[in-house]
Amino acid sequence: MFDFLIQGFGVALTPLNLGLAFLGALLGTLFGALPGIGPINGIAILMPLAYTLGLPAESALILLAGIYTGSEYGGRMSSILLNVPGDAGAVMTTLDGHPLAKKGLAGPALGLSAVSSFIGATVAIIGLTLFAPLLAIVAVKFGPAEFFALMIFAFASMSAMMGKDPLKTLIGAVLGVLISTVGVDSGTGVLRFTFDMPELYDGIDFVVMIIGLFAVSEILLMLEHAFRHDQDGEMAPIGRVMVKMSEVLYCKWAILRSSVIGFVIGVLPGTGASVASAVAYTTEKRISDHDNSFGTGNMRGLAAPEAANNASAAGSFVPMLTLGIPGSGTTAILLGALMLYNINPGPMMFREQPVVVGGLIASLYIGNVMLLLLNLPLAGVFARVLQVPRWLLVPSVAILAFVGVYQLHSDLMAIYLMLVIGVFGYLLRKFGFSLAPVVLGFVLGGLMEENLRRALSISGGDAGILFQSKLSIGLWIAAALVVLVPMFAGKLKAKFLPAAKAS
Amino acid sequence: MPQNHMSKAKGLQRWLVAAVTGSALLAGAVQAQAKPPECIAPAKPGGGYDLTCRLAANGLQEAKLIDEPMMVSYMPGGIGAVAYNHVTGVRDDDPNLIVAASTGAALNLALGKFGIKHKVDDVRWVGALGVDYGAVVVRKDAPWNNLDELMKALKKDPSSVVIGAGGTVGSQDWMKAALMAKADDVDPRKLRYVSFEGGGEALAALLGEHIQVFTGDLAELKPQLDSGEIRILAALSEERMGGPYADIPTAKEQGYDVEWPIWRGYYMGPDVSDEEYQAWADRLKALSETESFAKLREGRGLFPMAKFGEDFHQYVKDQVADFQQLSKEVGLTQ
Repeated sequence: MFDFLIQGFGVALTPLNLGLAFLGALLGTLFGALPGIGPINGIAILMPLAYTLGLPAESALILLAGIYTGSEYGGRMSSILLNVPGDAGAVMTTLDGHPLAKKGLAGPALGLSAVSSFIGATVAIIGLTLFAPLLAIVAVKFGPAEFFALMIFAFASMSAMMGKDPLKTLIGAVLGVLISTVGVDSGTGVLRFTFDMPELYDGIDFVVMIIGLFAVSEILLMLEHAFRHDQDGEMAPIGRVMVKMSEVLYCKWAILRSSVIGFVIGVLPGTGASVASAVAYTTEKRISDHDNSFGTGNMRGLAAPEAANNASAAGSFVPMLTLGIPGSGTTAILLGALMLYNINPGPMMFREQPVVVGGLIASLYIGNVMLLLLNLPLAGVFARVLQVPRWLLVPSVAILAFVGVYQLHSDLMAIYLMLVIGVFGYLLRKFGFSLAPVVLGFVLGGLMEENLRRALSISGGDAGILFQSKLSIGLWIAAALVVLVPMFAGKLKAKFLPAAKAS
Repeated sequence: MPQNHMSKAKGLQRWLVAAVTGSALLAGAVQAQAKPPECIAPAKPGGGYDLTCRLAANGLQEAKLIDEPMMVSYMPGGIGAVAYNHVTGVRDDDPNLIVAASTGAALNLALGKFGIKHKVDDVRWVGALGVDYGAVVVRKDAPWNNLDELMKALKKDPSSVVIGAGGTVGSQDWMKAALMAKADDVDPRKLRYVSFEGGGEALAALLGEHIQVFTGDLAELKPQLDSGEIRILAALSEERMGGPYADIPTAKEQGYDVEWPIWRGYYMGPDVSDEEYQAWADRLKALSETESFAKLREGRGLFPMAKFGEDFHQYVKDQVADFQQLSKEVGLTQ
């Protein structure tokens, strides 16, 4: 049964392919670390190169898959160091990662997130090896109604993030949902909020949104500080560089839970690392945030999204390799790369192309180990990036991001839009809003609307379809529990705690 | 003294932030001056347009029909309208630039989705390198054994069948379903149509039993066809295709006169000189006749199509006129 894997290790362990796996891991980490260049652009840049070099299909796939998994590792770096997410899956990583860096724990934070990434990816690759064909059958059962229920669950989980100011979290999420409605309506083709600008027809690009909201607003804040001469001289101290074993053990359940969540969400076609890390973070906050320290630099709050986004990257290979259906935007590009090699991934691929499939899966194992070995020592090096003054660092990173976005759009409109969003983000931050709910509303809102409308067009307008399958009923119940349990738990605490104190 | 030094550093750093931010804007304003041949994919990386560009880029390079590797750049936005604007307005005479296009672009032009002022004659259509055909797809255990049975069910109650595909109402995926309905005098607006984000998601919905019929593209479905997961009730081509598709009857044979070719081709700016335009048309024609390209085209899941230069320009023009007529008939426009 595992012939393909044995054959695969034979392929992956040739010097050429080992070298390519390393190259992919290294480049991927860099692409992920640079905001604005995510796995999608990275693969798009290298795909023609791999083809021009005349690499065989399995070698090209090993290189490109290395870039994909590597960038999920790399995305965390600028999240932690600069509070600017390196890619889509790393938004949640800013929430606890950056506060840790501010406390002088940048090194341990980078180390811990590398270990969580490794474990997340390992769990998912094992899942991919053992259950791929089985999972593929379950994944397609997830239809529009189930996706809608999943999004409701994700929004309900967000109530966990409300923290100090529930109203602002809610407003932020709603703003995100509003922004997600810009563009061609996916159901009817009607243009919404596009003001006759064709640049807005496709909606607002995720990268443009992230760079504007996080990086541009950060620069504006710094400009304000600089001109008001109250530069807080905020240069994070460099404390110890290595993560301690005890810290990893403190997070072990958070990592394992999030790995499973990330893998499952990654397997579903149409959802990727951003949804996976958001669900993992909010779930983990529910389960293990006993002292309300998530968001202020809790190690578990960092480990959870990092385990999840790496697990989802490996999970998204399941529908691609078994059904020929991409599980994420990046695997959609990998599918295209395979087509250049006359390979059409699909239900027959395990049988017809055992060398390619086995080689790919084996290289995921090998690449994952390489990434850990690469990223642990790099944690110390990258932590020193913080010694570069922020007024130099953040604008430099922003320039790279601008160039990356321009390269992707070949259009200045994207840059202007990014600046407008940046001013918007700056205002939000001045008014004390957290940016993460806005981004989540933006990502989840679009998916939620599309799937609700798909479900209703399937049923001819009958809302009953939303509660028909066991899967969706389960998700509805989970969503209700996530909202209701803490409310009652709070009341119970209020009832019993004073008594406890009195006695 | 140290104080003075400090404030100088403050001043410097204040200006550096401003300068660095400003230079980013400038960097964006400088247009890339491309000497090597370039193909614009009017979409994000990874989609059909990306592959259309790569088909030309890889093919031309392998056949040594270009001296320098062809650059592929992306210009997403407005389902291709941003690139159309760009080529008609900014790089209108660039002799090194081709832009990927397909039947979908012709449909958008016909529906006025590229802006009312943009017409099909605003660019020079230079050639197509391949074509795929629409297909009517059901699961292997579907109750309909042929197109006629499906159409009878639709005729009886259009809302009894859930049809899905990878585009919005008015997109070319929807047009396939609408034309099928129209061929049997069913009002296309009465169809129960679900739009997905791309053909992959629609296929997943078909396999997961969320939709019953998928109006996809023939060659894209080969892997699922090979594995027996799906059945193709009809190919929307003029005649039967060969090879693995030999057993699939056309819609026409089954009494429903619907064809839907999805060509993959290119256009150039309106002010490109006749010589440069002809040179590209010849280049693409020469490419389509090489043996190595035939393999590449097959791998990309395309059937041969040979229309270049003025020939192709006229073809697209006629098609846009046809689509305008069709969109009135199916109730998309007045």
